[in-house]
Amino acid sequence: MASNLRHVTSPLIENNPVTLQILGICSALAVTTSLSTALVMSLALTSVLCLASATVSLIRNHIPNVIRLIVQIIIIASLVIVIDELLQAYAFEISRQLSIFVGLIVTNCLVMGRAEAFAMRNPVWPSVLDGLGNGLGYSLVLIIVGSIRELLGAGTLLGYTILTPASDGGWFVPLGLMQLAPSAFFIIGLLVWAIRTHWVGQVETPKFSLIQQRSRG
Amino acid sequence: MMDLLITAIFHENLALTFFLGVCTFLAVSERLETAFGLGLAIIVVQTITVPVNNLIFSGFLVEGAWAWLGLPDVDLTFLRLIAFIGVIAAMVQILEMVLDRFAPVLYRALGIFLPLITVNCAVLGGSLFMVERQYDFAKSVVFGFGSGVGWALAIITFAAIRERLKYSDMPAGLQGLGSAFLVTGLMSLGFSAFAGVGS
Repeated sequence: MASNLRHVTSPLIENNPVTLQILGICSALAVTTSLSTALVMSLALTSVLCLASATVSLIRNHIPNVIRLIVQIIIIASLVIVIDELLQAYAFEISRQLSIFVGLIVTNCLVMGRAEAFAMRNPVWPSVLDGLGNGLGYSLVLIIVGSIRELLGAGTLLGYTILTPASDGGWFVPLGLMQLAPSAFFIIGLLVWAIRTHWVGQVETPKFSLIQQRSRG
Repeated sequence: MMDLLITAIFHENLALTFFLGVCTFLAVSERLETAFGLGLAIIVVQTITVPVNNLIFSGFLVEGAWAWLGLPDVDLTFLRLIAFIGVIAAMVQILEMVLDRFAPVLYRALGIFLPLITVNCAVLGGSLFMVERQYDFAKSVVFGFGSGVGWALAIITFAAIRERLKYSDMPAGLQGLGSAFLVTGLMSLGFSAFAGVGS
């Protein structure tokens, strides 16, 4: 049981799929302009990831090796269609804000990556836990980035005003940059830096070292 | 049309504004030559798949497309994800065979990148944007070409910057991925300065 639990906890921060493995950032950053879209996207991705891992792992012994990628894509695409239709039916407003990015879960490298690397070789229950863990790790990054961008960009969280903007008599001047694309790159970059300063083992060794550095060390 | 082209290349750059294909963008930009090959492959695939997907969408999937068979109520738009992925995979496969037969030099240059493109979000994203913004056939040709060129431009510039970055002295935690994100952010800031050009 302890080892099973490990599948859930290890991808949260140490082995985070976004900051360590560069998986699944494609569609992730665009939906983080506000916390609510980030939450819905996290929920959608985590459920697709769990279900896809479970399905792939369930039929892993029956998939011919040559066409396994096609089978995986079809499983994932079907799940994403279901999620997309559900969102359009029950949360139309948010589904419109997410625009094409729910559909892009299909080509999210994270889902394919976990199906290929873990679910193809492991039984159902660990695969579901692995999917859940990676989904939560992804969600964590999304929620952090989403909160920072919404709080500093508009002074609100989930639509509730936290910092009263100057236009309403408060002191806070919203940072317009936070609502634009570059800020997401900056925040993730700084997040990676922070994580790697703490877990030094993740630091990438430079492929070329300068002579000056070598003599110093 | 010119507006659409310029907006697709610069201001609404798929990689830098919509974060599409960023995984590949970060992974395959260590060397300028490979980045160039991938960029070229994306331009070709994007220019072909977006218009073809446009034809398939308006010909088979949109509500009322089956009216000539006496089925005016059939609405298959929910199938678009699977249809588009299938078209992209098939197109990439055909392109690979055609190149192998008629342009072996180009085939060897692009060879390993073509299969990668099947799961690149930029290609699927381009087709989904085409549906969402309701482009007609002519516009989707221009949009496909423009967005491909924009993506290629971004990855080639980025790879050139990264080749220089290797020799810079930076904090250990920022080495590699961290600095790549920050540089992409700065590039994205630069590209958004093109907002308004051409319109």
